[in-house]
Amino acid sequence: MNDNVVFSQKLDVEGGDFIRGGESSCRILEILKELAFPPAIVRRAGIAAYEAEMNIVMYADRGTMDLKVTPDRITIIIQDEGPGIEDIELAMQEGYSTATDKIREMGFGAGMGLPNIKKNSDEMEITSTVGRGTRISIVITTNGGDSRDADR
Amino acid sequence: MRLRDIVEAVGASVLAGEDCLPEREITTVSACDLMSDVLAFAKPGILLVTGLVNSQVIRTAAIAHLSGVIFVRGKQPNTETVELAKKMKVPLLSSRMHMFELCSELSKIGLRGTRTE
Ligand SMILES: Nc1ncnc2c1ncn2[C@@H]1O[C@H](COP(=O)(O)OP(=O)(O)OP(=O)(O)O)[C@@H](O)[C@H]1O
Ligand SMILES: [Mg+2]
Repeated sequence: MNDNVVFSQKLDVEGGDFIRGGESSCRILEILKELAFPPAIVRRAGIAAYEAEMNIVMYADRGTMDLKVTPDRITIIIQDEGPGIEDIELAMQEGYSTATDKIREMGFGAGMGLPNIKKNSDEMEITSTVGRGTRISIVITTNGGDSRDADR
Repeated sequence: MRLRDIVEAVGASVLAGEDCLPEREITTVSACDLMSDVLAFAKPGILLVTGLVNSQVIRTAAIAHLSGVIFVRGKQPNTETVELAKKMKVPLLSSRMHMFELCSELSKIGLRGTRTE
């Protein structure tokens, strides 16, 4: 494993901002495209980041997304200050959602986000403290020309 | 089929991304108002038919590498959202048809629905 950091950037996410929500993930998408990763890798990282970012927008007060690129892996750490998740195992189940009507009107709240992060990443770790916040770390390995698409 | 062919075949208006219509290839079509589902099941190259017109539709389309978005019932997003689509190179079309009618027209010209294994 080569630990030399090729690129790193920290981005902010504002809770409750449905209009600008997703901007940080779009920035990550642009950065990975500029770093010339294969489209399938960029897509998987983008989807995982966006799902996590929208969860901050929908459920937390504020958060950050920390992107780190080394020669063999893309790591994104998403951390928020918010209510936290009481039962992570339950939250990880497809279809489990506590989304409000407002969230559903925006096109979210199917309870697919967390499972979709797992599907699109090679490693996913989620920890949470009720009343404090949630931390998700996502790793996508890029070595060996692995451009596997989650759809295939 | 290219996005350009669809504009002509169903008589849609173009709101954004006019210049990328000739080269955007459509694989299949998904009709959906739930971006969560699009993010979970969509494949690259899909044309998204939707009645939802917010900025998250644009970001979802860009992130999931969709070919374009067509709004039903003549719906149009606000100016900022259209500008966002232009910036993110997401072609936006708008049709006067309702969801089912538009989908059946798209089917008549040979497009197929998206399937998950
Ligand atoms: N950052 C977070 N802070 C607090 N609760 C969260 C957070 N992320 C997820 N949750 C909880 O976990 C549930 C499941 O999240 P998940 O992303 O899988 O689905 P969703 O956000 O409800 O819907 P979708 O992602 O399909 O739009 C949420 O409904 C919410 O209760
Ligand atoms: Mg979610």
